[in-house]
Amino acid sequence: MKDPSGRAAIVGIGRTEGPRTPGVNSLQLHAEVARKAILDAGLKLADIDGVLTAGCDEPTYCEEVAHSAVLSEYMGLKPRFTYTIDLGTPVFAKMVEVAATAISAGLCRTVLLACAEPTVSRASRTQAVEKMTAFGHPEFELPYGVSIPAFYALIARRHMHEYGTTGAQMARVAVAMRRHAGLNPWARFRDPITVEDVLASPMIADPLHRLDCSITTDGGAALVVTSLDHARDLPHQPIVYLGAGQGYSHEHLVAAPSLTSFAAVESGRDAFRMAGLKTGDVDIAFLYDNFTIAVISQLEDLGFCGAGEGGAFVEAGHIDLGGRIPVNPNGGLLSEAHPGRPGGIFHLTEAVAQLRGACGERQVRDAETALVHGVGGIMSNHATVILARA
Amino acid sequence: MSATDRPLPTPTGDSEAFWRACKKEMLTAQRCADCGRLQFYPRRYCTSCLSERLEWSTLSGRGKVYSHSTVFRALSPAFQKDIPYIVAVVELAEGLRMMTQIVECAPEAVFVGMPVEVTFDHVSDEIALPKFRRAEAKQP
Ligand SMILES: [Zn+2]
Repeated sequence: MKDPSGRAAIVGIGRTEGPRTPGVNSLQLHAEVARKAILDAGLKLADIDGVLTAGCDEPTYCEEVAHSAVLSEYMGLKPRFTYTIDLGTPVFAKMVEVAATAISAGLCRTVLLACAEPTVSRASRTQAVEKMTAFGHPEFELPYGVSIPAFYALIARRHMHEYGTTGAQMARVAVAMRRHAGLNPWARFRDPITVEDVLASPMIADPLHRLDCSITTDGGAALVVTSLDHARDLPHQPIVYLGAGQGYSHEHLVAAPSLTSFAAVESGRDAFRMAGLKTGDVDIAFLYDNFTIAVISQLEDLGFCGAGEGGAFVEAGHIDLGGRIPVNPNGGLLSEAHPGRPGGIFHLTEAVAQLRGACGERQVRDAETALVHGVGGIMSNHATVILARA
Repeated sequence: MSATDRPLPTPTGDSEAFWRACKKEMLTAQRCADCGRLQFYPRRYCTSCLSERLEWSTLSGRGKVYSHSTVFRALSPAFQKDIPYIVAVVELAEGLRMMTQIVECAPEAVFVGMPVEVTFDHVSDEIALPKFRRAEAKQP
């Protein structure tokens, strides 16, 4: 098999454009963004011979059936390569890798991948938050009332203890994401905030305040990946797949080998190796900002700064638009959108839009290479993908 | 179970002996008879060498707070009435880490490195949850 690096490209993107998608179910929302992605790629249904999805939260469509097959039937697709990938929230990055690898191996030519949920519209916001925060080992974590913010708070506290990271430094991540969201018409929250605002927002789980935590919205997106040869005939400049990596160290925090360094180290290392690049070659980073501390941790583990330096790095403005390595110019999970499992897929669509140079006011100038990183569980499961303009 | 009941562990074949010992106010962990490693939480095989020769070892019940967080907003209604409460990772003297709560301690008094000792919260007829409280540091 040929090395998939540089042999496949993203040629189409489709996404929800705003925080709410009332009146549609999960399947319809998948189809809506998938249709947009296929049209954006300048393709027809018959051109799609691969379909990847990550499942859905509606039992009607998801019990006892293969979700990717249900979506294919609903859309009139007849894939010869299809999977529902069960990988939690970093699945979006893994789907690009699987698509590019399958294409390079000749298993299919053009893959549609999609992930979407009407998370808030389906349930109440309270129910949505409860669902998104119910996590933990049933015997050795859940009985102690450790919510997802509390798990991340334990990580934050240890980071503060070992490295002197401050609440104000973590807050600075939320400030940057909000500033970026202000330039994104689709973002849920766009009004600027200050470090003081974050620190004055209600304490959820000490040291994390409400504004250190990501938001809850509806939404999702789809992408079309094809061979680079085919991509050159299509309307958009191909956004080339250069490499990917995955890392895993635990599922439950009780089993984590460390609270300050995670498997983003391995995931990033392998992605850079495959792409033949170094951190200094990346123009934009899309990091999984479910909590502010998670961004600081990924900056360190992926090598954008040294261990323990993430807080000062953020404080110096290095992740802002115009900074050394702009992070999430769309506003991220902290300010733009976060429908749960599909949250990170907006990082992919934004990476593609940025590399196409199509992001208007929030465009990172001369962006040629992007790193997109996803995290699942409690900093448990990591997937990285590196993309570049052809 | 209603939404306001706290979730309780349901012992499995792996953990029955652990919870039985908790009921008797003993904190235990599995030790591998082949490679000697201690492991927590309990499993069927050794996570270092795959051996099935696991023996139960009684722990000191003493350790230090490795990290902590005071929960002010319980996202599950079951814990609403307990807020604020302190969740923590405790590193036991034997080197194992556990998720737990710190009890009998004001939120502002807890700190990383605080010496703690186990105390058992008998939450049902079957289950006593190991929690931790401040211990006086032993003189060297
Ligand atoms: Zn062993």
